[in-house]
Amino acid sequence: MPKLTVNGREIEVPAGHTVLQACEASGVEIPRFCYHERLSIAGNCRMCLVHQEKAPKPIASCAMPAADGMVIRTDTPEIHKARQGVMELLLINHPLDCPICDQAGECDLQDQAMGYGFDRGRYRENRRAVKDKDWGPLIKTVMTRCIHCTRCIRFATEIAGVPELGATGRGENMEVGMYVEKALNSELSGNLIDLCPVGALTSAPYAFASRSWELRTTESVDVLDAVGSNIRIDSRGPTVLRVLPRLNEDVNEEWISDKTRFACDGLRSRRLDQPWVRRSGSLEPATWPEAFAAVAGRLKSAKPDRVAAIAGDLACAESMVALKTLLAKLGSPHLDCRQDGAKLDPICRAGYLFNTTIAGIEQADACLLIGTNPRREAPIVNARLRKRSLMGGFTVGLIGEAADLTYRVEHLGPGPEKLKAIAAGKHPFSKTLAKAKAPMLVIGQGALARPDGGAVLALAREIAESCGLIKPESKWNGFNVLHTAASRTGGLDLGFVPGPKGRDTAAIVAGAGQGAIEVLFLLGADEIDTGRLGSAFVVYIGHHGDKGATRADVILPGAAYTEKDATYVNTEGRVQRTRRAVFPPGEAREDWAIVRALAESCGVQLPFDRLADVRAQLAAANPVFATLDTVLPAPWGAFGTPGEVAAAPFRSPIRDFYRTDAISRASPTMDECAAAFSGSPPGLTGTHG
Amino acid sequence: MGFFERAVRTVLLSELLSGLALTFSYMFRPKVTINYPYEKGPLSPRFRGEHVLRRYPSGEERCIACKLCEAICPAQAITIEAEPRADGSRRTTRYDIDMTKCIYCGLCEESCPVDAIVEGPNFEFATETREELMYDKAKLLANGDRWETEIAERLRADAPYR
Repeated sequence: MPKLTVNGREIEVPAGHTVLQACEASGVEIPRFCYHERLSIAGNCRMCLVHQEKAPKPIASCAMPAADGMVIRTDTPEIHKARQGVMELLLINHPLDCPICDQAGECDLQDQAMGYGFDRGRYRENRRAVKDKDWGPLIKTVMTRCIHCTRCIRFATEIAGVPELGATGRGENMEVGMYVEKALNSELSGNLIDLCPVGALTSAPYAFASRSWELRTTESVDVLDAVGSNIRIDSRGPTVLRVLPRLNEDVNEEWISDKTRFACDGLRSRRLDQPWVRRSGSLEPATWPEAFAAVAGRLKSAKPDRVAAIAGDLACAESMVALKTLLAKLGSPHLDCRQDGAKLDPICRAGYLFNTTIAGIEQADACLLIGTNPRREAPIVNARLRKRSLMGGFTVGLIGEAADLTYRVEHLGPGPEKLKAIAAGKHPFSKTLAKAKAPMLVIGQGALARPDGGAVLALAREIAESCGLIKPESKWNGFNVLHTAASRTGGLDLGFVPGPKGRDTAAIVAGAGQGAIEVLFLLGADEIDTGRLGSAFVVYIGHHGDKGATRADVILPGAAYTEKDATYVNTEGRVQRTRRAVFPPGEAREDWAIVRALAESCGVQLPFDRLADVRAQLAAANPVFATLDTVLPAPWGAFGTPGEVAAAPFRSPIRDFYRTDAISRASPTMDECAAAFSGSPPGLTGTHG
Repeated sequence: MGFFERAVRTVLLSELLSGLALTFSYMFRPKVTINYPYEKGPLSPRFRGEHVLRRYPSGEERCIACKLCEAICPAQAITIEAEPRADGSRRTTRYDIDMTKCIYCGLCEESCPVDAIVEGPNFEFATETREELMYDKAKLLANGDRWETEIAERLRADAPYR
């Protein structure tokens, strides 16, 4: 461990750290533009110059490895002057159009020009101007503002795995862009906006919408996939204007997917802001008491075992436990949170969790992906897999649809045949897994949401046990289920699953079609086949006018994830809470409170009046809900139903990454993305100019 | 002053007469009252009156929706909303000033990077209803068109001291 002196203070840093990191560790701030902890070192902005004793000139601290006995000074007049000089050179070709720049107020260049720059410009010649690029519907470019830090190029190449960006020309003629201009096709592209230290890359949907000082920030959690990325919601007045990532090394590092970031404009359209009741065939606006009376009237005439409930992908744990308690009081065993029909087994918690944890991927050295496309289902998990893959010594096998996952993947086969072969030890990949020190497998909903899903799950467990994925001695659990819905793990944890003789999702839908289910509660469930619900009386509790609301007989408007303090469990089993950033629109209310009030009007008393009581109820249903932001290791056990597996190939459940739930389907930005990336217009060859 | 002197002054009415003489002398001096509203007093180029939004000579509005005036306004009288115009430039869709809140401090004018919002020379904008004092963008731009000559002259006159 090298020991060096920074501004007269001695500090010891791990080997391999740079001088810049050493300075940071000793509490000295070093200005920088091109350096970023998670990207490779470029050393081209020269802002991080420091003085090293016995060196002939200032050194770029970001690119200089810390060595034993170095004496570094950052506060000399020489360094002060060097920083001013670098700053002045950077500003020569920067347009200083801060008043119309969306980065103003949160701009590194602005801050550092104030902190380290010269107080006036001396450049009187012509400034350069660069034509803006078209990088698609998400990123707005103003390339004249670019200071050529190359962070975007390095991010696209290293983290996102789409090596399309590069720099052409040199000196003053250098331009960042793509050789063939096209939209940047990456599901992590929004992170370029955060990385850009100036206003060259800004958010296109947020363009000119607000200034950074007008926003109120709320720290929350994303629910549009099952990763539970930590986000910060920026709102002004009653509107959520943007979503940015929040640092959490264990989950999303500092990246979020484009859906997480840009789908927030879906919270402004197609909202349910008042109750609706279907009268003589068409939905009509109603008041809360009228809507409750309609539900209570219908419930009174229905037998308890003819009432059912399905929870959707965005339902929070509070609303699910409230609805579960209501159904238990009514005496119905028919409830299910697996609206896609995945044959997940609620018996054993390890059987439906991402046990390795997302950060744990970095310890693995072999991985088998079963029926999943993590790039579409959980881009953040995919970024971790890529990160691990780049470290080297990581074999990835894929059973399912072949796809470009941005790292080297060995495609083993399309369907369960190969899975059986690996389980039986007849496939070379079973040896790879068995030989690995920390092998893992990831099974996706594409493999589980099919009639033989239980058998596939049992096969996966067999592989986990026979190939040594479970190593109790080293506390390694390599069995992972990758969920696609934020509500799923929470629903399974609190037991929102069929009770004794209860019906699961498929049976509930079938029962509704046949008349065996008379009253059906949909807690934001839009992904079921609403056309097959027959004459059942459908009560929809949710926030968007999507498929479920269209079919409903009574709509009770709920709150979206930005509008409530709610608990979600991510695919690892990490219990996290969202915070309310804005209030629900119109007469919409928090979902658990709706269920509570509905129960009251049906003459059922639920044992909670406040959010704290609901959370106590949650903790009583499963103690994991009492521990926030931590992954509790789940004990291994038996799960799955061994049986015959059909030969049909696995298919990823997500066909269109940009339109997976009610919020993203309502978002105009996601529509644009889907048009630009998911379905390419016919007749284009790629060289059409 | 002795008794005698005081008596003489009282008898001769000299104090009264000197007062009257002063009053009478003002009849021959230039008068200071003006026939408002037909005549008006002089105004400093820095006078802070009714707000206007200016345009460039080409007719393009100056305001670029940077919202610095909204941020600096100590009375929070300014409300701005912005979005990209069809040609991609940054423009306001809403620029409201609540003239009943405004304290005429002139900070909006100071903060404006493009001299778009200016407090003009007009101080005669009393209205009969409160609502008329809620100025919107159209009203402010119309003010700008109306006062542009005067404002340009005032800015020119004051420029050496800024």
